[in-house]
Amino acid sequence: MNWSWDYVSEITPSLLQGLLVTVQIALISSVVAMVVGLFFAIAKMSANRWISRIAIMVTEAIRRTPLLVQLYFLFYVLPDIGIVLSPLVAGVAGLGLHYGTYVSEVYRAGLLSVPKGQWEAARACNLTSSQTWTQIILPQAIPPMIPPLGNYVIAMFKETPILSAITVLDIMGEALAQANFSYRYLEPITLVAAGFLCVSLCSAAVIRLLENRLNLRAA
Amino acid sequence: MENLEALIGYGWYILTGAWATVQLTVFSCIVALVVAMIAGIVLTSNSHLVRLVARFYVEFFRGTSVFVQLFAAYFVLPLVGIALSPIQAGVLALGLNGGAYGAEVVRAAINAVGRDQREATIALNLTRWQALWWVILPQAVVLMLPSFGNLAIEIMKGTAVASLITVSELTFQAETVRSQTGDTAIPFLLIMVTYLAMASLMMAFVRWLEKLFGRGITSKST
Repeated sequence: MNWSWDYVSEITPSLLQGLLVTVQIALISSVVAMVVGLFFAIAKMSANRWISRIAIMVTEAIRRTPLLVQLYFLFYVLPDIGIVLSPLVAGVAGLGLHYGTYVSEVYRAGLLSVPKGQWEAARACNLTSSQTWTQIILPQAIPPMIPPLGNYVIAMFKETPILSAITVLDIMGEALAQANFSYRYLEPITLVAAGFLCVSLCSAAVIRLLENRLNLRAA
Repeated sequence: MENLEALIGYGWYILTGAWATVQLTVFSCIVALVVAMIAGIVLTSNSHLVRLVARFYVEFFRGTSVFVQLFAAYFVLPLVGIALSPIQAGVLALGLNGGAYGAEVVRAAINAVGRDQREATIALNLTRWQALWWVILPQAVVLMLPSFGNLAIEIMKGTAVASLITVSELTFQAETVRSQTGDTAIPFLLIMVTYLAMASLMMAFVRWLEKLFGRGITSKST
C-alpha cells in the first residue's frame, strides 16, 4: 500500500465537484422530503379511516424496502410506462420519497406532543381555526421537530452516495470513476470517507447547538 | 405459455438471491449486536480513555456513509493485506456500521434504567459486573428492543447496497435479470415484495421478543 499525494492532488478537484453535487442533492431532497412528509402526515392523521389506513400502509411499505431498489425502480421501470427521469431527478425523487415517510412521523409526533388542553383552550377562547394553528399549535409543535428533522437531513446526506448506482456523479460517483480509470482505490475512497466524516461531524455539531438553544427557550 | 415458463424461471433465479440477503442480514445483525453491546457498555464506563476509544469508533462509523464503508472493506482492505470475500466485506461493513448506531441505543437504555436500581446494587454489595449483568441489563434490554428492531430493518435494507460489491443477493440478481432480458417491472416488483415480507417478519419477531423480555416488568411510562 502506498499513498500518493500526487494522485490525491490530481483527483481532488473532481471530488470537490462531486461533493458540491452531493450537498445540492441532500438539500434539494430534504426540501422534497419535508413537503412529501407533510402530505403523508396529513393523510395519516386524516379523519377518514380508509385514507389514513392506506397512507400508513404506503409509508410502511416504503420504509421497509431498500432505497437502492426504489431508485432502480424509478430509474429503470418508470421509463417503461413513458416517464423518463434523468438520474439526478430520479435520485432526488427517490431520496425525498423515502425520507418523506420518516419525516411524516416527525410531524405527527410533533403535533401529537401538543397537549389536548391547548386545542380546547383555543376553542374556549373562540379562536378561528387558522388562529389556532398559527398562534397556538404550530409554535409549540415545531421546536421539538427541529432536532429529528436535522438528523434526517444528515442521514440523507450520508445516503446520497447510493445515487452513484444510478450514474449520478456525486462525490462517490466521481471517486469510483477515478478509481476505475486508474485502478487506485485507496486514495479516492479514503478522501470520500474523510469528506463525509468532516461534513457530518460539523452538521451534527450545528444541530446540537440548535437543540441547546431551543431547549433554553423552552425552559 | 413459453413466456410464463421463462417468467417462472427467472423469478426463481432472482429468489435464489434471497438466501444471500438472509445470510448477510443475519450475520451483520449478529456482528452489530455484539459490537453494539460492547461499545455501548464501554460508553457508560467511568474511564475517560476507553470511553474516548468507543466514542471514536461510534462517530467514525456513523459519520462516514455505510456505502463508503462497504467499498472501503471490499476495495481498500485488500491493499493492506486483508482480502475478504464480497459477503465477508458486506458483513464487516454493515455489522460495524449497525454496531455504531446500536451502541448509542445500548448507552441510552443503560442510562435510562432508574438510579434507584443502581443504588440498590451498591447497597447489596454487588460488583460492577454483577450489577450490570443481573440488574441493569435485563431491564435495559426491554428498552433497547424496539430500536434494535428498527436497526435490524435498516441493516436488511443496507444489504441491497452490497449488490454493488458483487454479492449475488436479491438486488444483484434482479439487476442481472434486467440487464439480460431488458424486463424491468417484474424483477424489481418481485424483490420489493420479498424485502417487504422479510422486514415484516423481522418486525413480528421483534414484537414477540418484546413480549418475551417484557414479562414481569411493568412499564414505567404508564
